[in-house]
Amino acid sequence: MMNSLAGPSGDPAIRIERLVVRRGDHTVLPGLDLEVARGTVTGLLGPSGCGKTTLLRSVVGVQRTAGGTVTVLGQPAGSAALRNRVGYVTQAPSVYGDLTVGENLDYFAAVLGAPKGDPDRVIHQVGLDAHRRTPVARLSGGQRARVSLAAALLGHPELLVLDEPTVGLDPVLRQELWQLFRSLADAGTTLLVSSHVMDEATRCDLLLLMRDGRLLAHDTPAGLLATTGAPDVDSAFLALVRSPGQPAEETTETTR
Amino acid sequence: MTTAAPLPAPSPAAAATRRTLATAGRVLAQLRHDPRTVAMLLLVPCLLLVLLKYMYDDQPATFNRIGPELLGIFPLVVMFLVTSVAMLRERTSGTLERLLTMPLGKLDLLLGYALAFGVVALLQAALASVLTIGVLGLDVAGPTWLLFAVAVADGLLGMALGLLVSAFAATEFQAVQFLPAVLLPQLLLCGLFVPRGAMAPVLHWISDVLPLSYAVDAMSRITAQSGAGGRVIADLAVVAGCALLALALGAATLRRRTA
Repeated sequence: MMNSLAGPSGDPAIRIERLVVRRGDHTVLPGLDLEVARGTVTGLLGPSGCGKTTLLRSVVGVQRTAGGTVTVLGQPAGSAALRNRVGYVTQAPSVYGDLTVGENLDYFAAVLGAPKGDPDRVIHQVGLDAHRRTPVARLSGGQRARVSLAAALLGHPELLVLDEPTVGLDPVLRQELWQLFRSLADAGTTLLVSSHVMDEATRCDLLLLMRDGRLLAHDTPAGLLATTGAPDVDSAFLALVRSPGQPAEETTETTR
Repeated sequence: MTTAAPLPAPSPAAAATRRTLATAGRVLAQLRHDPRTVAMLLLVPCLLLVLLKYMYDDQPATFNRIGPELLGIFPLVVMFLVTSVAMLRERTSGTLERLLTMPLGKLDLLLGYALAFGVVALLQAALASVLTIGVLGLDVAGPTWLLFAVAVADGLLGMALGLLVSAFAATEFQAVQFLPAVLLPQLLLCGLFVPRGAMAPVLHWISDVLPLSYAVDAMSRITAQSGAGGRVIADLAVVAGCALLALALGAATLRRRTA
């Protein structure tokens, strides 16, 4: 309901064409193509160091790129018009350790121009009601990560880019957060969530399997298992790595 | 009061003011959570001035010369340190990157910091001046408000320089090292130890382009002569100009896109 202002409904939330990112001599993304539909939860899976964070940073528009285009909600990634429509959670919680949970969220809400009750709403959504007055530095790692997530939920962004939001959380909390992600997607929000926990894959509408800066697969969890004949996502990943001539859908027409 | 969900779109200027004030409030809240830093910010300059007074107990003329110069130097040094570390933390903790993905202008952030640390600089200058003039018996011929204005301008210059160097430091160790690298040469050449006119020409030229020289000149002139002389105003303008220049250069180091 909140993206009624968005363009034609077929317009993808994210469209990436031939994205190249280099860091020094190293090419992190050699030419990546991707489309992410609105209102979906897309999981970005792959081993540590495969370029997941770089891809997410490119979508948010904080990554210096060497080629290609990234279009987000119909605008070039990182453009000023997107700054209160895209929420971003980095891997390390980016909140002020010396401020309380409430002070952090009040500040970010003021920067975003979010409605007055928004900090309380997002504190409740991530289950930190009891810690509004606790300094963030005194919270556990998982709680800190949730403060960072709460900050990204302020102002109802249309796209949420989450870099490993469930790291270090116990299974109950992880389940609760995935339920939250699902309800946000049902309300029209698009979510792009990275993880290296393969068992989280089944909770996504679509999966991106990534390795060495390339997408090995872009498919639904069921489709992925069907294509590879593997019993679970972990095995599917291995199967794809071992048979490089077997791309699923729009994968390996990357630059070579 | 806007409490309902659909907010009326505020004017760009009102939104920028809101973001600047929110940033200043946030920086002050961080200070409030760290009372030890605040106490040191405010008390250390005062203790040093008391020490100075008793060092020159039998040479009141020397205290009268050095005292006001130090009143100009303390805010600069302290603000430099605090800002360089605070901004470095903002860069390394990821909060700067988060803010730059939000609708926060670089100027909103810098002015927010300037406002918050400006308040601290003013408080520090007020305490130190009341102490030196009222208790330690420093003679100030010029107007006190001008002394304050120079002290605050010095504090802002220190802040702007600290902000700038934070871009070149990767760790807090490095940030602290910029104090001797950037401020000590200025301290040696500003006229505190040797009058600038008595220095070798090359050193004099160098001191002419260092902003701290003007901060110290302004303070000495205010204590020596009554009224707001044109030279003092010119010195003040140089200090403020350098602060603005450093702030602009600092703004250029805040990149929305990084490698």
